[in-house]
Amino acid sequence: MRYVISLIFVLAALWLAVSGVYKPLLFGLGAGSIALVVWLSLRMDVVGIEHNPGLYFPKLFAYWGWLVGQIISANIHVAKRVLSPKGIRPHIIEVPVPQHTAVSRVTYANSCTLTPGTVTLDITPERMRVHALDDVSAQGLMSQEMAQKILWLESQSGNPRVTQNQTESAS
Amino acid sequence: MSNLVIDLISGGLLLGGGVIGVLGGLGLLRFPDFYSRLHAAGMTDTLCALMIITGLILQTGLSLLTLKLALILLFLLFTSPTASHALAKAALSDGVEPLEQSPKNPDADSADQGASSSNT
Repeated sequence: MRYVISLIFVLAALWLAVSGVYKPLLFGLGAGSIALVVWLSLRMDVVGIEHNPGLYFPKLFAYWGWLVGQIISANIHVAKRVLSPKGIRPHIIEVPVPQHTAVSRVTYANSCTLTPGTVTLDITPERMRVHALDDVSAQGLMSQEMAQKILWLESQSGNPRVTQNQTESAS
Repeated sequence: MSNLVIDLISGGLLLGGGVIGVLGGLGLLRFPDFYSRLHAAGMTDTLCALMIITGLILQTGLSLLTLKLALILLFLLFTSPTASHALAKAALSDGVEPLEQSPKNPDADSADQGASSSNT
């Protein structure tokens, strides 16, 4: 129930922010859409701790800031490779996935795809296969820096299940 | 005066985004196989979009439009890796073999340029 309320709150804030026209008709339409989305989400069984829009809330912005820096440097690197394509060496690497929850594994795979130079091909709970444009891009991922950042994001997020798993794997 | 500075920064960002977009398109033609082309396409929906939308936000000033533009960027950054991944996985399951290229192989590069120009 807590997650239903937080979902309603986020959807309402989004509607109010994007609409900009505050008339009774539009409030009614907004309430109707929110009710529909919440009902569909409940039917799809996607309301829960992993789908809470406020998950990782304060840390997420720090992570996004770091990720934007990574995206910029990766873009500059790929842009250089575009100008001199002789230097590329496309190959496939496998990297371990140390995260414990599905949502942070997806965050890892998506962040990896988001930085140009690496594209996630396949992901299992333990490993993922990544297509890398050249050795520099591959090494960036092999260094596990991104994986560590997401582990940090995952920890102390007020999710007891995560912290419990974390201590289990640490010991 | 401060308007001029903001216009200059915003213009620089828009121009930079355009340059990255063109480089992404150039990479799409130059890179040898489907998977490495995905990396070039990735440039256009990450830094290119980031710079253009930041440039536009500077133009609009602080208003409801700012939030809308930021939301466009947010949703773009959420959906584009999913699309790239879906493309790569579809290609892989359809049997498109990734090219394993040695660092210096001019043959593959020039052969591909011929192929890509005949395609277009």
